[in-house]
Amino acid sequence: SMTLGTQLIRPCALDELKHTLSFPFVQTVEHGFPNQPSALAYDPKLQLMAIGTKSGAIKVYGAPGVECTGLHKETATVTQLHFFPGQGRILSLLDDNTLHLWEIEQKEQCSHLEEVCSFMLPGRSGIESTSATRVTVLLPKLSCDLLAVGTEGGGVHFLELPSFTLLDRSIFQDEIMQSVPEEYKCGKSLGPVESLQEHPQHPDKILIGYSRGLVVLWDLQIFVVCVFLLQQLESLVWVRSGNSFVSSHSDGGYMVWPVSSSTPCTHEPVTSTIPYGPFPCKAVNKILWRTTESGAPLVLFSGGMPRASYGDRHCLTILQDSQHITLDFTSRVIDFFTIHCIDRDKEFDDPLALVVLLEEELVVIDLQTAGWPTIPSPYLAPLHSSAITCSYHISNVPTKLWDRVISAGQRQCHLQTHTNWPICGGKNLAPSPKQQELLLTGHEDGTVRFWDASGVSLRPLYKLSTANIFQTDCDHNDSLTQAGEEDWPPFRKVGCFDPYSDDPRLGIQKICLCKYSGKLLVAGTAGQVIVLYLCDEKSDHMIDVATVDLLQDREGFTWKGHDRLPPKSSSVPFAPGFQPVVLVQCMPPAAVTAVTLHAEWNLIAFGTSHGFGLFDYHRRLGFHSRCTLHPNDSLAMEGPLSRVKSLKKSLRQSFRRIRKSRVSGKKRVQEANAQLAEQDAEVTPVQRRIEPRSADDSLSGVVRCLCFADTFLRDGTHHGPTMWAGTNSGCVYAYALDVPSQDKFSEQSVEALLGKEIQLMHRAPVVSIAVLDGRGNPLPEPYEVSRDLAKAPDMQGSHSVLIASEEQFKVFMLPRVSAKTKFKLTAHEGCRVRKVALVNFSSVASEDYSENGLVCLTNLGDIHVFSIPALRPQVRYDCIRKEDISGIASCVFTKTGQGFYLISPSEYERFSLSARVITKPLCQLDVDRPHDPSELSSAGVHIIIPCHGIISVSVRQSHTKPMAHTKPSRQERASLWVMLKVKVQCLKCRQLQSSLEQFSHVGFM
Amino acid sequence: MDCCLSRIHSSPVNIRQQHHNTLTCVCLPLQFEAEYRRFALKKNGAGSFQEFYQLLQTIHRIPGVDVLLGYADIHGDLLPINNDDNFHKALSSANPLLRIIIQRRDEDEPVVFPTNSLQRRKKGLAGLRPSQQKNKPALLIGLPQDFRQISSIIDVDILPETHRRVRLHKHGTHKPLGFYIRDGVSVRVTPQGVEKVPGVFISRLVRGGLAESTGLLGVNDEILEVNGIDVAGKSLDQVTDMMVANSHNLIVTVKPANQRNNVVHRGSKASAGNGSAGSGGSALSHESAHSPASQTVSQCSNSNSVAEGDSDDDDTDLIIESDNLPSYTPHRSLANGNIHGNTPSSGVFGHRPLPQSVSLPSSSSLSDSKASLSSLTTPTHNGSPTKTSSSQESMREDGNFITL
Repeated sequence: SMTLGTQLIRPCALDELKHTLSFPFVQTVEHGFPNQPSALAYDPKLQLMAIGTKSGAIKVYGAPGVECTGLHKETATVTQLHFFPGQGRILSLLDDNTLHLWEIEQKEQCSHLEEVCSFMLPGRSGIESTSATRVTVLLPKLSCDLLAVGTEGGGVHFLELPSFTLLDRSIFQDEIMQSVPEEYKCGKSLGPVESLQEHPQHPDKILIGYSRGLVVLWDLQIFVVCVFLLQQLESLVWVRSGNSFVSSHSDGGYMVWPVSSSTPCTHEPVTSTIPYGPFPCKAVNKILWRTTESGAPLVLFSGGMPRASYGDRHCLTILQDSQHITLDFTSRVIDFFTIHCIDRDKEFDDPLALVVLLEEELVVIDLQTAGWPTIPSPYLAPLHSSAITCSYHISNVPTKLWDRVISAGQRQCHLQTHTNWPICGGKNLAPSPKQQELLLTGHEDGTVRFWDASGVSLRPLYKLSTANIFQTDCDHNDSLTQAGEEDWPPFRKVGCFDPYSDDPRLGIQKICLCKYSGKLLVAGTAGQVIVLYLCDEKSDHMIDVATVDLLQDREGFTWKGHDRLPPKSSSVPFAPGFQPVVLVQCMPPAAVTAVTLHAEWNLIAFGTSHGFGLFDYHRRLGFHSRCTLHPNDSLAMEGPLSRVKSLKKSLRQSFRRIRKSRVSGKKRVQEANAQLAEQDAEVTPVQRRIEPRSADDSLSGVVRCLCFADTFLRDGTHHGPTMWAGTNSGCVYAYALDVPSQDKFSEQSVEALLGKEIQLMHRAPVVSIAVLDGRGNPLPEPYEVSRDLAKAPDMQGSHSVLIASEEQFKVFMLPRVSAKTKFKLTAHEGCRVRKVALVNFSSVASEDYSENGLVCLTNLGDIHVFSIPALRPQVRYDCIRKEDISGIASCVFTKTGQGFYLISPSEYERFSLSARVITKPLCQLDVDRPHDPSELSSAGVHIIIPCHGIISVSVRQSHTKPMAHTKPSRQERASLWVMLKVKVQCLKCRQLQSSLEQFSHVGFM
Repeated sequence: MDCCLSRIHSSPVNIRQQHHNTLTCVCLPLQFEAEYRRFALKKNGAGSFQEFYQLLQTIHRIPGVDVLLGYADIHGDLLPINNDDNFHKALSSANPLLRIIIQRRDEDEPVVFPTNSLQRRKKGLAGLRPSQQKNKPALLIGLPQDFRQISSIIDVDILPETHRRVRLHKHGTHKPLGFYIRDGVSVRVTPQGVEKVPGVFISRLVRGGLAESTGLLGVNDEILEVNGIDVAGKSLDQVTDMMVANSHNLIVTVKPANQRNNVVHRGSKASAGNGSAGSGGSALSHESAHSPASQTVSQCSNSNSVAEGDSDDDDTDLIIESDNLPSYTPHRSLANGNIHGNTPSSGVFGHRPLPQSVSLPSSSSLSDSKASLSSLTTPTHNGSPTKTSSSQESMREDGNFITL
């Protein structure tokens, strides 16, 4: 037959593919905001910021593009982080009471964070319980050689660094109690150590604050000053001069205390205020006191709000003289610091900026500019400011579109400050990206955010909101109600994290962008399909609205889901950027499940769980629609359960607040549930039913994919526009389209004629459809050929269509739709296809050589690469945990062999399958670290473990920098700390018994 | 196709008939050797098989001609109509058209309704059977080949005696495959001693399900392979998915918990090859070494090219071609301009009743394993292959094509 097309399978090309292309899988960088941050630190010398998380990760950020990550072996919460300024060392405290020392290592253009050693405070034998040695505060001395550790039992211990040697000069509570005057003792115990602060001028002096309110200044072994507060202590901070310090308390107040040797003991603070009094206030968790050359000091503190009226707010107050701003955040304040002058010769702090780490975002305030505006962050973008509902990637963005999007974005954010990003340590060594990449995220609140995904830091470029074209009963009058509130406290909303959508119907489901024409297609939860044009001028216009009935007179179905979103009947003002032009509403208004756009033909196609429609947006004319419902499909009709519909506005708002406060608790419960579920799965015997798939599964009519292609559907000699649609029940519809020529768009309507209907026998959902040209390459995008941007597709050889279902990949020859190649993934591997993409893999060896491949992510979280059109498996990698369903569902592949998936609601992991296109942090951090003592590195350690009845173990010391040190402590206890790579191998059977990265401490009495 | 769903129950059922091998041609020109009748039938008051049989004879004006009735069910299987039960079943499966195929009962060559018969190329099965009933009067007793095979034990000659390879045929019936699997621990004897490895077992059989009715699978049988792929190292969900993905032609290799019913080899393996005796099963196959089953099993050697003689046509897809797709019109303004050009709203969302016809998979152009309606409806006899090959003309009805 004519359509044999053996040319399509080029055996030589396949060999080349194998020999020249490798698909090295690497997870390169995490974009977004770390999930559940729990600790913050700043190194003013290196200008680096570190964030610790509840999952035990440490992330270090400097200038944009400079970042590195470390992960504790224990998955415990990082409760505290401290830098050793200038040394590139980080000390972390986990909630399992272990201390860990990390070092920034430079390796081939990359900076890594490596754990060097860990330590746990030994308990005092007998007398105290383990909670007594629980570390509450850490104070690394500025000299970097000593660490003071405060404990719950009230003791302060000193460790020599970096060896973690416990020094014999601990300060115990009983010593303090003996030296303090009688009236300063309150009860038998001082409580845990709440704060340790090094004197700014005299490094030997340490201010120790106890929870129950006693504060003492300790000068080596001599007690100098003590004050007694009437309130429980929350935090302490020195005033730069060292002549006074400030304490903050649980009653919402703070006090300034003098330090003078003349009156060693005092009850009397210089000043004492409760800023939000007189009614009971919440505790001031942390206070900073920064002096300025211009006059009054800046006081910054978190918390302290009136308990009854604003007790649920997450606030941080900035006070200077008469200026008073209460920063009102939408999530909890984890920690904050100021970036200020650290030069000891200078008299004032003169803070540049305030950096606040919140549970869901990072906010930086410019303290130099009047009004204290925020500085936009170049990284740590809160991707989840509203929950991400879909993502879409565009590679190789044309400069024209790029510039227009950026300028639209710049006009959007009213730049209040010209201060540069203050955290600028390290050098970004990454070359400027060869091409611009855009990542579009659709959100629950109806916004689409444009991100610069070309480099390591995901930068927000532009935000598009689709909510303003609809009449929603919650017409964003939040700002109005805010203004109606009392003037005091002087709240200012800061940050953009607002995860609660007032109308879930606004949620974005699908996005499609033509990068050459700037036409954008956005589709949402209530069946709304919006066509937007990129426009550089602002506009005020009516939107054309069309309704498309996808049920097509099918009777017996009633839609019980939500209503469609009513469009505004008047003209709507639009800022420069993407401006809605046409709104198509599907009836019934079920969520849109697939869209595609062909800007050259002025056509869009969209599908829901009921059917699909074709629309000519130039003439504002729908010209075809088809119902894909199966007669037995009743579920599809009822729609999602809609709680929201019934909720009245007031109810919703009150819920909103409750939900807000619940969010962290809910997360914990969810995690616990997930853990429980995992345990359950192990215990209970699991059964699986084996049933063939029947035709009348529910939701079989869901349209899963749509695609336009210029190919051969009628016959083998004439090609023309076609549209393909695939459904959940394994059905593919192919339409031949009659598209009028460019100059007749306005006069003639487009015609669609059903050409083929393919029912895949295995009935699995069709995940993707793509047409391949005569050489087996994917067809170019619209405009690419007409604008000479891509090689014209081969129209000589016979085309083929690649249909990927959840179970199989199949290539059919066109126009006869005869099966040519296939790969039955599920039948062979037992996994199901979740995401597929056609990817162009470039060779590392030669710039011009590239091959196309089919990349697929399965429900087991592994990634497979297949050659096309031969569909031969190339490689397989584990990528995502199979339990991480949302991660698998969120995965997007780029056209060049990279990909993104959500590792948390707020973070994308970026990975690469291409040897050539890799985006990872390349940076240099110049650390000034005294060399480790060399005498320690000589010893090899031999550990003897019996195996096979024969003592036969070899221990290899591969780590060249052991941190081994022994020194008897006060209790005559010796402990040996070794950081080794240990391999334990049985000499008889040569069987590897164990291999350990780190050998924990060996203690002996 | 253009039916309204709501009308299914209330409206009369259309029955489209194809009539083959009848010598009488009434209204169609003679060269077509086939005639079509389309008539309506009340779904509820259909009556008995005998009445229907007579009705057909009347309609086609072939009284007294002995014919076999078959119908194409929604899955593309050609199924017999020879009693009241399957007649009513056929009526209930009308959607709303029911296609009846009438063949003259040929005394020399018995007609069979094998598995997936609409899609499967005849493999000379009919020719293998000696004709036995030459002189006997036609007793209305279903022949074994009139029944569909639902299961078989295969590859007895190559498997260890302790294992059993069972093939389950899924048909259009709503009968479920009907078994459950679970995780478990399998004890294996290895040279190193007894070893415990995770395994997958049948945990439960659904009453009345296919698996139970075969008697070939039992609770606690260990599943070793699914369609030739070792399940070792695969999770329960993976094995489930593999089975479901292969459910239309499921071949499971099990180690039966009950080892007493095993096939006993008696020295000569050659004799056991074809004889596939087994006492535990109900329906046993007569499959040769070239049976589709053994091919399917061996086919997992990653030859994913259909063109390379991969003849597992058991999952060929159904391709329905639209008939009214005109061939390419170079300037549509010339062709259609006067019809649609000035009436922009004419076709807007209007439902186009598209006359359609069914064509069975056209892998025919590449492989010899063609599965086409023509090769099926005219089984290997009569020696007239030409009349079916280009059926665009020959199978004309109401202006529709059945494209092959």
